[in-house]
Amino acid sequence: MTKTALEQPSAAARPSPLSAHLRRLEAESIAIIREVAAEFAHPVMLYSIGKDSGVMLHLAAKAFYPSKLPFPLLHVDTTWKFRDMIRHRDQIAERYGVKLLVYVNEEGLARGVNPIASGSSLHTQVMKTEALKKALDTFGFDAAFGGARRDEEKSRAKERVFSFRAAGHVWDPRNQRPELWRLYNTKIRQGESIRVFPLSNWTELDIWEYTRAENIPVVPLYFAAPRPVVNRGGLLIMRDDDRLPLLPGEAEEIRKVRFRSLGCYPLSAAIESNAETLDDIIAEMRASRTSERQGRLIDTDEAASMEKKKREGYF
Amino acid sequence: MRAATQEIPNASSKSLLRFLTCGSVDDGKSTLIGRLLYDTKLIFDDQLATLEKDSKKHGTTGEEIDFALLVDGLEAEREQGITIDVAYRFFTTDKRSFIVADTPGHEQYTRNMATGASNSDAAVILIDARKGVLTQTKRHSYICALLGIRHVVVAVNKIDLMGHSSQVFERIVEDYLAFAAALGFASITPIPISARYGDNVTVRSANMAWYDGPTLLDWLESVDVDTDLAAKPLRFPVQWVNRPNLDFRGFSGTLVSGAVRPGDKVVVASSAKESRVKRIVTYDGDLAEARAGEAVTLTLEDEIDIARGDVITLSTERPEVTDQFAAHVLWMADEAMLPERQYLMRIGCRYVPARITALKHKVDVNTLQHLAGKTLELNEIGFCNVSTATAVAIDPYVDNRDTGAFILIDRFTNATVGAGMIDFGLRRATNVHRQDLSVNKAARSRIKGHKPAVLWFTGLSGSGKSTIANIIEQKLNARGIHTYMLDGDNLRHGLNRDLGFTDADRVENIRRVGEVAKLFTDAGVVVLCSFISPFRAERRMVRELMAEGEFIEIFVDTPIEECMRRDPKGLYARAKEGKIKNFTGIDSPYEPPEQAEITVHSHHTGAEAAAARILDYLEASSVV
Ligand SMILES: Nc1nc2c(ncn2[C@@H]2O[C@H](COP(=O)(O)OP(=O)(O)OP(=O)(O)O)[C@@H](O)[C@H]2O)c(=O)[nH]1
Ligand SMILES: [Mg+2]
Repeated sequence: MTKTALEQPSAAARPSPLSAHLRRLEAESIAIIREVAAEFAHPVMLYSIGKDSGVMLHLAAKAFYPSKLPFPLLHVDTTWKFRDMIRHRDQIAERYGVKLLVYVNEEGLARGVNPIASGSSLHTQVMKTEALKKALDTFGFDAAFGGARRDEEKSRAKERVFSFRAAGHVWDPRNQRPELWRLYNTKIRQGESIRVFPLSNWTELDIWEYTRAENIPVVPLYFAAPRPVVNRGGLLIMRDDDRLPLLPGEAEEIRKVRFRSLGCYPLSAAIESNAETLDDIIAEMRASRTSERQGRLIDTDEAASMEKKKREGYF
Repeated sequence: MRAATQEIPNASSKSLLRFLTCGSVDDGKSTLIGRLLYDTKLIFDDQLATLEKDSKKHGTTGEEIDFALLVDGLEAEREQGITIDVAYRFFTTDKRSFIVADTPGHEQYTRNMATGASNSDAAVILIDARKGVLTQTKRHSYICALLGIRHVVVAVNKIDLMGHSSQVFERIVEDYLAFAAALGFASITPIPISARYGDNVTVRSANMAWYDGPTLLDWLESVDVDTDLAAKPLRFPVQWVNRPNLDFRGFSGTLVSGAVRPGDKVVVASSAKESRVKRIVTYDGDLAEARAGEAVTLTLEDEIDIARGDVITLSTERPEVTDQFAAHVLWMADEAMLPERQYLMRIGCRYVPARITALKHKVDVNTLQHLAGKTLELNEIGFCNVSTATAVAIDPYVDNRDTGAFILIDRFTNATVGAGMIDFGLRRATNVHRQDLSVNKAARSRIKGHKPAVLWFTGLSGSGKSTIANIIEQKLNARGIHTYMLDGDNLRHGLNRDLGFTDADRVENIRRVGEVAKLFTDAGVVVLCSFISPFRAERRMVRELMAEGEFIEIFVDTPIEECMRRDPKGLYARAKEGKIKNFTGIDSPYEPPEQAEITVHSHHTGAEAAAARILDYLEASSVV
């Protein structure tokens, strides 16, 4: 080791506890993230505040060190996120020293679209998909990172790492560019864009093990705590504020719950759990017999709904 | 500080195997993956419930669970009961982690199979026991071999439908081995299976006591595919130049092979510039060594010119740097590969214009015989000579998948149209140590991949010059050729605003057009000029401004009667009424060319045919 190296301490000089498996995943993701910075004029990283976004942001910080992130974060806010999530978002932007853009589809808001009265489908369509497309167009982004993983859902398992979007952000799953080796085709024309998925090959368990190993901050809602919930059709919905009306016969009760996946609070079901630490979460996951998307109300609306949404431009 | 090689024992420090399933349509590839996921307990209860529901709706298996639906995740796939695009799934056992690519059997989707194979270390080639070895079995086997897969399983599937017969199995295996001997796999392991019922997939089949080899999972858990990439020569393609401030200039990238330590003497492959590694920087601290697969940032002792796409290597283990090499190319587009057409090549982190200069032969996937051919159609494989606009660092694909592979991109649509594997360099580039750094016409032309030229359209007003020129410009543009159109419309309104239509002004008009066209040719562009340009002398003057062979005079020979009949802008009518003075063909002469390179009669042939003739000429004289 040369002397110079020792004189220049880096951000976190500490032994890495990463397994070979996680190091492999980390290196692959870093390469993907760098590729975008090198090839695109206006990239952006979608930041959804969840555990996957947390890992993705952390990987980006590693990819460019000692430089700062050469692109901003974008959060598409539906105005129905858990309050804990918004707090976490603002702290994280601060901690990583990144520029954070928040976009709300004001038009949808003005039309009164919301998950309770409009239903999850329309709400997602207007406040997430439409909002996202508008945000990308408004800022003129030509590449957008998303934290989706192939193990989440079967149409995601079919998507490329560099996923081409024609003008209008549509995905044509039957006509994807062949993606051989690590030779990503980054070429696009005016109006077209690329969605990039650096976490494609990670599993939910990888995400948690990496979060633990790297000490990445996560929203407290992932940890079990007594919380006010209502039991609606077998799903435990947390009343994060009083916009969620109680239906006849429903009562709010305090239960010890946590979330496996976070979205709009009326659309994310909690699970009963005692997992209070990352170790607990990982142990619980290993024993679990259900998938993380089970608590997502929007996915069960109709068969193949994820693919349909993705074709329309959803992440 | 951590040593790069140090490994903390952990539940997931298991090795990783990337493999694919391939073979002909309906041989049971997706069913097999679904079965593997199911038997290794990777399917959650809610997913299983969905699967049961889906099987009733889309299933191809009657009342039973259709495991293929676990992987065929697209609507179109479920409706048609086939796989269209590759699905990546992950599973782990106590011994290993797996990334499996389930690829489509349909010939139409071969490129998606190749996508899955390009990142795999092993292949499970399925054969339907009822059908035996088919063309697709052979095609996929050949592609696997070409893409560097060394170990394969031949899974003779649906053996349940053939009474679990050992004779059926043995006959198919014999057929397969007869074909595959020429492919050079390091190992071929035949296994009789039933994907649907799980025989010999994860557990030994009670129906086939005669079989004493491994189950598929046994094989997957134990096959040794490790190539020690770190022991190979250092290849570090620079991905991104890391420049947070004036005091730090690092080169970020992933070591695709080899290892590097601070103090090592390194060299930039294409420029032969040398320096030493100063630091290996990562977010987690500097490293004492970086090895293949690690994503790091290198800083060097000296300020040498390095950009994205350069390859850093050790002085002692340089790759070949060349602008011509031989390669196998798999064609993946509906539009055929045309020799001499310019494509954009991506190799490592570099994009470079490239042409296939010769198709040496095509490969018949059935017999592996060499066939003569001029073009490569969709899904065809050929052995080609490739020429790049600038020299690139290469290794033979068998030595290094990362520096020996490339893709070809259509310059107009940006589609990925070809995948290539380099066999060997054809000549060492002579310009590696080039001293003369000034950029001249030849250098500008070289990176465009075509010669400059002036296409000079002359003829009467209304003869169709612009119409033909427009068609040609569109076609050239679609082929990635850099063009510019000069005509009255864009010059008369600006540069030549001060000129009228007297003879003197006409001459000055053409002189200026000629000078502008000359600048464009100096920039390496194909310039299309549509001007009546009635006088021979001025046309000769322009011709003489250009280099030999660069000026191509195209006479659009439309009779004046026809032009007057067309009269698209009503000019002839006004000229005849005397409202326009000095109008060519009315009260000002037109001197037809005596030695035009091309004369077209578009009033007979139509503009498209005229344009086609001109394009033929450009090809024949190798301008494009
Ligand atoms: N009897 C029997 N049927 C099988 C077996 N394996 C697959 N099948 C059936 O064969 C049909 C085709 O199976 P798939 O898994 O979709 O075939 P595939 O090879 O993935 O097809 P493509 O991806 O479209 O090329 C389905 O109806 C399966 O249920 C088997 O071992 N025995
Ligand atoms: Mg299939």
